[in-house]
Amino acid sequence: MGGLRGNGTGNTSLAKIEPLGNLNHQLKKTEGVKAIVAEGLACQRGGYTVVSGVSFELRAGSALALRGPNGSGKTTLLRTIAGFLPPSAGRVHVRPAASGADEGYFHYIGHTNGTKPRLSVIENVSFWQRYYSGAADIEVAEAALDAFGLLNLAGFNAGHLSQGQARRLGLARLLAASRPVWLLDEPSVSLDASSTRLLERAIALHLSSGGLAIVSTHLDLALPESQVLELGAASSALQ
Amino acid sequence: MNAFLALIGRDLRLAIRQGSAVGTALGFYLVAVSIIPLGLGPDLNLLSRIAPGILWISFLLSAVLSVDALFQEDRDDGSLDALFIGPLPAELIAASKSLAHWVTTCLPLIVITPLAGLLLNIEPASLPKLLAALLAGTAGISFVAGAGAALTLGLRKGALLLPLLILPLFTPFLIFGVGAMAASPGAFEQSILLLFALSVFSVAAMPFAAALALRLGLE
Repeated sequence: MGGLRGNGTGNTSLAKIEPLGNLNHQLKKTEGVKAIVAEGLACQRGGYTVVSGVSFELRAGSALALRGPNGSGKTTLLRTIAGFLPPSAGRVHVRPAASGADEGYFHYIGHTNGTKPRLSVIENVSFWQRYYSGAADIEVAEAALDAFGLLNLAGFNAGHLSQGQARRLGLARLLAASRPVWLLDEPSVSLDASSTRLLERAIALHLSSGGLAIVSTHLDLALPESQVLELGAASSALQ
Repeated sequence: MNAFLALIGRDLRLAIRQGSAVGTALGFYLVAVSIIPLGLGPDLNLLSRIAPGILWISFLLSAVLSVDALFQEDRDDGSLDALFIGPLPAELIAASKSLAHWVTTCLPLIVITPLAGLLLNIEPASLPKLLAALLAGTAGISFVAGAGAALTLGLRKGALLLPLLILPLFTPFLIFGVGAMAASPGAFEQSILLLFALSVFSVAAMPFAAALALRLGLE
């Protein structure tokens, strides 16, 4: 277990930002969506309208920060945008950059990481690569792990990771399999300060290559090119 | 197609590494088959006459033993959300899970069935018929079980509700599975064909039912 401890975040120095060459190549594929548009969107949870009247237009290369207190509907809104919940009013749609096959535009990372404790760190990332992109690319997978400071743990069982490391492993699939829209629900939970910087850098990289991100957070996450959507308290749910 | 294979490959790998689900099913099957003769007394003729029924019933109970975990783990660790947002439609996600269940649970149970049959004094000549009937019918069983697992996903006592829900649906499999062993001429061929038909129907239809249940469960 010494190796685990050896990966204190001191080692994941931000100076190692450079080895993203493979990712930059891969990220070219993120230019699939021109904009994502919500018009008068309302979302229900258990029969109560939690969020209503949400309209925004998010263009390629920019991010939308969802802010609001607990219960204000950040997760519900994200899950509606993801298509897991039907909107109770209004609509949200994606304007693709080119007409073509809709092979799915979204990455969704919720409160759980979607990692398997019995698979090794690299196997977890490779699986999502194969699942989303059809083939595993070991160089990109390693670059994605490196971007989240996990490369020296690649052979470890994911079950041995700490909370923060497991979170970073969940986030690594964002970079390992390229998709244009990232829907992130409190992505910085259980991340320490320097890991949060890694996440901010990954989001910035994604935006600069033409991707979009919708991020719910009640912490201050530095997002470049971002709009902010303040969601109120769950007042409508209490009526 | 690649996504489908990737998902199957991951589930098989996880099943091999975990081993507990397969081991529990195999253990339950052997224990059930070996204690039933103790309750019947020392009548070997009786035993070999009812052996196919005992084997089929024990098989069905063992196969549904761990089926509630089919989607549960993926739901709990967030993988199911990530699978849904990916390229595979929900129907194919459900189909891949059911197929993985067949390979990791039903296939090992079929492999040890000759040993279980030995414990029940089954006639060696009828063993190939039994195995053929199991091979023809159990694919359908996995797919029906998959739909049941999707339906009870997220229920607190889902694991208890699930057998109640799906065991009655296994009745036709059981009838034709045991019917394949009957001595009357043509019984085997007819029963095998009907088992195949049941399996084909389940494989084709059950993923749609499972997908519907999974979509509702996402809310």
